[in-house]
Amino acid sequence: MTTPTALRVYEHQALVYRRTWRGSIFSSFLNPVLYLAAMGLGLGAYVDRAGGASPALGGATYLVFLAPGLLAATAMQTAAGESTWAVMGAIKWDRTYHAMLATPIAIRDLVVGHLSWVATRLLIVATVFLGVMALFGATRSPAAVLAIPAAVLTGLAFAAPISAFAATQDNDSGFNAVFRFGVVPLFLFSGTFFPVSQLPAFVQPVAWATPLWHGVELCRGLALGTGEPALLVLHAAYLVALAGIGVALALLAYNRRLGR
Amino acid sequence: MSGPLTATDHPGPTDSLIHARGLTKRFGSFTAVDAIDFDVAPGEAFGFLGPNGAGKTTAMRMIACVSPVTAGTLTVLGLDPALDGPRIRARLGVVPQEDTLDMELTVAENLSIYGRYFDLPRALIRQRTRELLEFVQLTERANHQVEPLSGGMKRRLTIARSLVNEPDLLLLDEPTTGLDPQARHLLWDRLYRLKLKGVTLVLTTHYMDEAEQLCDRLVVMDKARIVAEGSPRELIARYSTREVLEMRFQPGLQETLDGQLHGLGERVERLPDRVLVYVDDGEAAAVAAHERGLRPESVLVRRSSLEDVFLRLTGRSLVD
Repeated sequence: MTTPTALRVYEHQALVYRRTWRGSIFSSFLNPVLYLAAMGLGLGAYVDRAGGASPALGGATYLVFLAPGLLAATAMQTAAGESTWAVMGAIKWDRTYHAMLATPIAIRDLVVGHLSWVATRLLIVATVFLGVMALFGATRSPAAVLAIPAAVLTGLAFAAPISAFAATQDNDSGFNAVFRFGVVPLFLFSGTFFPVSQLPAFVQPVAWATPLWHGVELCRGLALGTGEPALLVLHAAYLVALAGIGVALALLAYNRRLGR
Repeated sequence: MSGPLTATDHPGPTDSLIHARGLTKRFGSFTAVDAIDFDVAPGEAFGFLGPNGAGKTTAMRMIACVSPVTAGTLTVLGLDPALDGPRIRARLGVVPQEDTLDMELTVAENLSIYGRYFDLPRALIRQRTRELLEFVQLTERANHQVEPLSGGMKRRLTIARSLVNEPDLLLLDEPTTGLDPQARHLLWDRLYRLKLKGVTLVLTTHYMDEAEQLCDRLVVMDKARIVAEGSPRELIARYSTREVLEMRFQPGLQETLDGQLHGLGERVERLPDRVLVYVDDGEAAAVAAHERGLRPESVLVRRSSLEDVFLRLTGRSLVD
């Protein structure tokens, strides 16, 4: 029985990860602990005293409102981190892609293997995150585990197009722009920390168009059990579509870069 | 002695491991490889010799099935790279010009993950890793990181890695560029052993001595075309003389010489730093030069090399 070629790319990633998994899991744990403590508990105490499980937060405490949003945002950050320097390194620095392409592995296997690996990283990060949410009492029912696949999907919707972008770059200076003008503004204004209904009316449609808002709404709707099924399907469809377009773009970009 | 292969008496696509006719690669309006013909027979060590930018690496990338052919015919191991890339690559070993070792893994892990790319069973990979590390003298480094290894060690590891699937055809793109003489000789020795075992070698180089040491047959490439083909000895016999007289003059003096050089040998080549006289008897030419009143600072008589062939064919020296 032969191992699918994309799985061999995945196996390489897993072997490299074996070296760093302890530190990586620890930071996946520490990050939500710090955010949920500072924002959820600290800031949340003020918010809840002022509003008291306000309707704008869907009747939840600020901690419960915030946590799934942060989960989606963390998935975005993880995906961006795994799809920028890592992709450039495999093309330019360590040139691992070139080593793989000298074997039966083909260019599409690189894309599929890479994104499968990112999905695994997202699964690990989201699972640890949900564990921390449970420790903080930020989950209301066991159904909150549904936020894990939602977070993985959110991450992939970012990982695929960002990988495509990374494969077109000659050096890493463009990545700072991805974070400064993409990841950070989305993190702040896509409904992670406050409902987008708090934004001025004319920028709200902009927020609705951003992928992170759909990820946040999907994670939050599933974690809190407050999501309209039709809307949840819509959010998921948006993210699947973005991931699909991203995969197509990544195949194109990888082929242009590595298959000349 | 067999002459150079031509389109009419080539071994035929079924006998040769690589068969190319009119092989062409263009990047936009730039032609990197311009309609070249060659065949590589099983067990042969075949070289592409030429300066940087001649198209050697591009030709190798097409043979390695990573760069699509623009025009012409190419079969590798009897298969078409456009249709059977993965199947061909499963039977190739590739030593790229720039190392592609995994800096985050150990020496042994570099070999084992590479074996996994070929989907070899783990037990077999363990056995081959042991044998190959022995073969390239890196057994003691098995569990070391790759990063701090010397250039020669990294090259040897790259060669070991390219052998993990026991390839029928080993492609080496400038295998010893940037290595010190000792490391080069060790590498040449390992490649020679592989050749004795029957592995077909195809290599590119811009080093004459490397081509002379390793290649049974080679093509000289210049500006995307093949300008000559044959064994190193045939090429020297065809394009050069038996010996070369090299004379170095005081700076400025060489430019004033003209008539005194004329007719000293079959051919006189004036390089920026020295004068080369192509002649069958170098000593006699040196005496004749002295009789004509030439007083070079240094005189050297040597045998002709592929460097002279290249100079003759292209009017340029190889390593500029």
